[in-house]
Amino acid sequence: MSKKNPEYDFKWCPGCGDFGVRRALEFAMINRLEETGLPIENNVVVAGIGCSGNLVHLLEGEQPYGIHGIHGRTLPVAMGIKMARPELNVVVVAGDGDFLSIGGEHIAPQAARNVNLTAVIMDNGVYGLTKGQSSPTTEMGAITSSTPFGKIEEDLDPLELYLTLGVSYIASGFSGQPRVLAKLINEGMNHDGMAMIHIQSPCVTYNDTFQLIKGNAREGIAPALWDIPEDHDPSDKRAAEELVRQGGLPVGVIYKDESRQSLDGNMNIIRSKARERSMDQLMDAYTF
Amino acid sequence: MQMNDFVVRFAGEGGQGVVTSAEGLAQASTQVGYHALTYATFPSQILGGPTWTQARIRTEPVLSSGDEIDVLVAFNEEAYETHAEDVREGGVIIYNADDFTMTDPRSFGLAVDTLARSTGNNRAANMVVIGALAQLVHMPQQYLEDFVEARFRRGRDNDDEIISSNIEAMKLGRQNAAESGFVLGDLAPPNPPDYQQMMLKGNEAISLGAVHAGLKFYAGYPISPATTILLWMERNLVGENKFAYQVSSEIEAITAILGAGFAGKKSMTATAGPGISLMSEGLGLAWMAEIPLVVVDVQRGGPATGLPTKTEQSDLMGCMYPAHGDVRMPIIAPGSVEECLVAGAHAINWAERYQGPVILMSEMSMAERVQNIPRPDLTKIPVEERLTYEGANGYHRYSGSELSPMPLPGGPGAYVANGSEHDEMGDTPPLPSRHIQMTERRFSKLKLLEEDKYEADNTDARVAIMTWGGSKGPAQEAYDQLREQGVDVGWYFSMFLNPLPPRLLEELRSKELVIVPELNYQGQWAGILRSEGVKAQAITQYTGLPFKVSDLVSRVTEIVSEHTEAARV
Repeated sequence: MSKKNPEYDFKWCPGCGDFGVRRALEFAMINRLEETGLPIENNVVVAGIGCSGNLVHLLEGEQPYGIHGIHGRTLPVAMGIKMARPELNVVVVAGDGDFLSIGGEHIAPQAARNVNLTAVIMDNGVYGLTKGQSSPTTEMGAITSSTPFGKIEEDLDPLELYLTLGVSYIASGFSGQPRVLAKLINEGMNHDGMAMIHIQSPCVTYNDTFQLIKGNAREGIAPALWDIPEDHDPSDKRAAEELVRQGGLPVGVIYKDESRQSLDGNMNIIRSKARERSMDQLMDAYTF
Repeated sequence: MQMNDFVVRFAGEGGQGVVTSAEGLAQASTQVGYHALTYATFPSQILGGPTWTQARIRTEPVLSSGDEIDVLVAFNEEAYETHAEDVREGGVIIYNADDFTMTDPRSFGLAVDTLARSTGNNRAANMVVIGALAQLVHMPQQYLEDFVEARFRRGRDNDDEIISSNIEAMKLGRQNAAESGFVLGDLAPPNPPDYQQMMLKGNEAISLGAVHAGLKFYAGYPISPATTILLWMERNLVGENKFAYQVSSEIEAITAILGAGFAGKKSMTATAGPGISLMSEGLGLAWMAEIPLVVVDVQRGGPATGLPTKTEQSDLMGCMYPAHGDVRMPIIAPGSVEECLVAGAHAINWAERYQGPVILMSEMSMAERVQNIPRPDLTKIPVEERLTYEGANGYHRYSGSELSPMPLPGGPGAYVANGSEHDEMGDTPPLPSRHIQMTERRFSKLKLLEEDKYEADNTDARVAIMTWGGSKGPAQEAYDQLREQGVDVGWYFSMFLNPLPPRLLEELRSKELVIVPELNYQGQWAGILRSEGVKAQAITQYTGLPFKVSDLVSRVTEIVSEHTEAARV
């Protein structure tokens, strides 16, 4: 049951990281409304399949448009919306399984196109909705329901992947800090190009990493979370690569390349080169 | 001897001018008022490989590529060996004397490249061939010169030079053919049509039709034989609010046009069998979430990679039921190049009208054939727009059990287009009642696509022919011959296969037997008709080639006489 729809019965587990990400996206859309004056209906949220994708139904307050489609295909759906209607603000919400495993093939082309969209990825290192199978970001060796004797693949580092593939805005954050996340999301929305906000959003049921992320002094666990220092220059790709290699969970903007044209801009370059012909002219080319 | 029909097959290696010669002959002929159709088949490689193209020239409109060859133009020895047996009795073989020699009494050699070079224009080899062919049927030289003039007069400094060398090449071909002593007859003078004509391929016709209906967004991935639609769109679907784009896979193509359709644009992609397989989940989403889009399937032989450059009609089941779950896609399958243009427009209209996916089925033999058609009056092909929501917020997009206005992003009525079963707001409820309501809603919308028009002839006959798609031409030609022979058989044709025009379905159900020629092994359309209560029997062929008219005539005759026999017993 959601606030707006008593018939809807999907629930996140109490304490799920995705609650924080939902708050962050709500904040970001309201901020955008205040900044631009464009109504909430100007946002389209393209949701993946999995626990995180249900965010699109659980948003409170004024409603954006949404597509809750098929597994792994958020990016090309979002690209189609953006190419058709560049004036819309297009946001992808998906989890690590949807985005990095079945949907992994779509990251490289969208990065190369620099599609003007904002992808908010909720990484919990597990397939939650199907009850605890290993995902690309599950640690190697981990015992899960689908790896009863341990996972035999290296775990993927999504931040390194995004950098390698040429995503032009990369930020990282934690679901427990919705105000911080909202800022990173807003900066991504304002970025003219592809923006990735990769969020550690723990699954309390199958992979509870809250303590690892926040640390626990009493038990001697140092926090994985650390703020990116203010002197980090996000336009410096080498610095971004070094930052990512430090491990842990950096919070802030890792990389930002504002020198590249977005797909919107490149489409207009094509339009300026091609000659538009009327229907009659098109028919005339074959007429004798 | 007077001839009304002239069939030439050009065979050789890719790059030897096989296609340009055939299309040149067809263009030269249509220019002066004949009707023409070419049929092409290519090897699936960039350079070389055995290839052939057939051109058929008639004084009346052409329906099929022709069973029997009057002339074989063999550009190399392999081509001669492969195709010589298809030359009719009394036919002629022209062989490329620059490549090989032979002693077949039906043949004479033509040194096409040497003769072209002697005119100073190395690229005029195809004109040498066309000149020789014209001589064999006594086509006046003036016709050819008019064609060369029309084709090469482009306002360049060297136009005169190019035109005169091409004419010279034709004269050399003509002279060589005359010296050979072979004559086929006199091609009857043309009856130039009194209407404006177009000369184009099926894929071009589909593209024009879709653009006429207001296509705004195209995404595609290269695949034979649909690639030419992508290339056409990249050049021509340009301008404000329009775009065509090559994406990274068929999965990206279907999901990108789904995004654009959701956002309010008339959207399309084109692919072939392997792409349809990859698009199946996206098609299911468009059906489920009620998003307008058009997928063109230019069929080739399958399954898997199959026969990429051969023709077949084996995707019908896959297109009508591409996705898991309860779906039945609207299908439009044009039967000629002319119908391809109308179908392109209709497919876009249908998608907007019922707010869902539509599949337009063409096939390799139509995609790649050049044909003269009457230029359609576009004012007679209507353009339809989507029913959109323009009220206030608080609207439920999926309310009711029938079509409802669709809100567009940016405007009021925000909702979630949901690929999970949903309630009226687009959320995912657990209630069986919603699945019942929405399933019935989605199927009820198909009623909006029921058309009333179809072709019917000799409707009193108890046995009828009803083919589909690109087999229409050969089937129609066979039907005409059968009727001339006094066989009592009726004719039905509809490019709308799902839903079928209801009156047509009623008529088909009333027949004792419906004979269905189709290019697949299982008799897919016949099977679907049987499931609709029609007593249908397929005539199948799975050679990668179109039907021969003579084969259809004899197979229909056999089935009709068996049926009559059985009815008597």
